[in-house]
Amino acid sequence: MEERKVVIQAEHIKKYFPMKGVLGKTSEAVHAVDDVSLTVYEGETVGLVGETGCGKSTLGRTILRLTDPTEGTIRLQGEDITHYSEHRLRKIRQRMQIVFQDPYSSLNPRMTIGHALEEVLVIQKFKGNRREKAEDVLRQVGLSEAVYHRYPHEFSGGQRQRVGIARALIQDPVFLVCDEPVSALDVSVQAQIVNLLKKIQRERNLANVFISHDINVVRYISDRIVVMYLGHVMEEADKEELMQNPLHPYTKSLLSAVPNMDPRDRRKTIPLQGEIPSPIHPPAGCVFHTRCPYATEQCRTERPELRDCGKGHRVRCHFEKIG
Amino acid sequence: MLHKERRERFLNNKMAVIGGVIILVIVLMAVFAPLYCQDPLDVAPKIRFQAPGRQHWFGTDKYGRDLFARVIYGARVSMLTGFTVVVAAVLIGMTLGLLAGYYRKLDAVIMRICDSLKAIPSVLLAIALMAFLRAGIRNVILTLIIVNIPDIARITRSQTLVVKDQLYIEAMKAVGASPARVILHHILPNVISAVIVQVSFVFASTIITEAALSFLGQGVPAPSPSWGNILYEGKEVMHKAWWMIVFPGGFTALSVFGLNLLGDGIRDVLDPKAK
Repeated sequence: MEERKVVIQAEHIKKYFPMKGVLGKTSEAVHAVDDVSLTVYEGETVGLVGETGCGKSTLGRTILRLTDPTEGTIRLQGEDITHYSEHRLRKIRQRMQIVFQDPYSSLNPRMTIGHALEEVLVIQKFKGNRREKAEDVLRQVGLSEAVYHRYPHEFSGGQRQRVGIARALIQDPVFLVCDEPVSALDVSVQAQIVNLLKKIQRERNLANVFISHDINVVRYISDRIVVMYLGHVMEEADKEELMQNPLHPYTKSLLSAVPNMDPRDRRKTIPLQGEIPSPIHPPAGCVFHTRCPYATEQCRTERPELRDCGKGHRVRCHFEKIG
Repeated sequence: MLHKERRERFLNNKMAVIGGVIILVIVLMAVFAPLYCQDPLDVAPKIRFQAPGRQHWFGTDKYGRDLFARVIYGARVSMLTGFTVVVAAVLIGMTLGLLAGYYRKLDAVIMRICDSLKAIPSVLLAIALMAFLRAGIRNVILTLIIVNIPDIARITRSQTLVVKDQLYIEAMKAVGASPARVILHHILPNVISAVIVQVSFVFASTIITEAALSFLGQGVPAPSPSWGNILYEGKEVMHKAWWMIVFPGGFTALSVFGLNLLGDGIRDVLDPKAK
C-alpha cells in the first residue's frame, strides 16, 4: 500500500460546553464531542454522518481550532496546533479552511463578492495580482467574473455557496472542512454543489472532511465514512465496506432509512425508538443503548470500546454480529 | 460600492435630498450671517416687542433686538453644538460600544460606567457637570458629549453582539483575520446604520438640552443668542409676542426634521439591499 501523507490528525478530542447556571458556572457540561480521533490523509474525503446534535459540526470546528478542545491534540501536517495562540493560528489558517452550512449568513451583506475574496488575500499578504487570482477562483467554482461587483443578496443559495467555496479555496488550503455545505440548499442545487466539491477535491488533492446528516450525500462524496452518535464515533470504515457490511445497529438503521429506488428491493427499515438522550447526561454504558433494539444488560452498564475488525473497519459495539 | 452609484442613489431618494437641502440652507444662513443680518446684540428699547414687519422680519424681543438676527446667530450656536457633539459622541461612543461588544471582559467595565451615567437623567447630569465646569459654549459642548456617549455606546454594543455571532464573522476568523480587521471592516459597517438613526435623535436632544441649560443660566451666557435661550425668554411673553416662540421653535423643529430625513436617507444609501 502506498504511503499517504497524513494532513490532519486529531486524537482523543473532547469538547465539553460548560453550562452556566444562575450563580455562574456549575459542574454540568454538554458533552458535545467525547473522545473522538480522526485522521485525514491527503486526497481523501472523510464523511462525518450523524443526527443533528451528535457533535459532528463541533468536531469540525474544533479540528480547525475555531473552538478550543477541552482535551486532545490536533496536528496539521505533523505540526501540533492544539495550543497555538490566536495570533499564531492566524498564520496557519490559510492551510485549513471551512465551507459553512448557511450560505445566507456566511457572507458579509455589505461587501461585494470581489471585495470579500480580495480581502482574504489581503489578510494572507498575497503578493500577486489579487483581482486576477480572485477571478480565477470564481471561474473554478463556476461563476463568471461578472459577479465581481455584486452583493451577496443578489444571488441564489447555490451561487452563494459557490462564493463560500471560492473564499475557502482562494488561499489554496490543504485541508477543507465542509460543514453541511448542501443542507440549506434545494435538492436540485445540492447535486451541483456536491459535484463541484468532489471535482475540486480531486483536482487539488485536498484532505476533506465532509459533514452531513444525509448519508446519501456522504455516501456519494466520501472515501471513508465516520458515523457519530451523541459525541462518540459509532462506526468507521471505507465507504464500500460500510455500505456492504454495516456492523453497528445505528449505522444499519441510518442506511435502512435511505429511500430505495428499486421497487422490487423491499428491505426492512429499522426505525429507531425514542429521542436522542441529553448530551448533558449521556447514558451510562453504550450511549446508544436507550434506542438500540438489541440492547442487553451489558450495554446498559459497560461502555464498548471502538473495536477494530480489520481493513480499517472499526465499530463501537459489544457484539460481533447483530441484527 | 462605487461612489458614483452611491451618489445616484442618494439623489434618487427624495426625502433624503429634501432633508439635506434643509440642513444645507440653515448651515449656509448661519455661516454667512454677518453679511446680511443686523447685529443680534444691538439693543433698541424704543421698539421692544415689535411684531414681524418689513424692518424686522421676525419682530423684536424685549430689548428691541432684531429677532431674525438672533435666530440666525442662534443657529450658529445650535449647529456648532449639535455637530460637534454628534461627531465626538459618535466617535467615542461607537469605539466604546464596539470594544464592549467584542471583548466580553471590557464589556463589564465599559457598560457599568455607561449605566451609572445613564442612571442620572441627562439634563440633571448636564446641569451638574455645567455647575462644576462653568457656563460657556465650550463647556456646554463638552457636557453634552459626555451625556450622549452612553446611548451611542449602548446601541453600538447591542448591534455588535448581534453581528458578532453571524456566521460571516466566524468565517473571517477562519480565514485568519485579525480582531481589528473584523471589527473595522465587518462589524462596523453592519452596525453603523442603527447608529445613524440614533444620530438624528442625539442632534435633536442636543439642541433641546442646550436650550434647557441656557434657560437655567448654565448654558450659553446671556446676551449671545441660542435657540434655547430665545425660546425661554419668549416663554414668559408668549401671549403678547408669539414670534418669540414661533421662529426659534420653528427653526429647531425644521432642523431636527431635516436631520431625520437625512439620517434615514444615508442609512438607505449605505444598505446594499435597499433598492
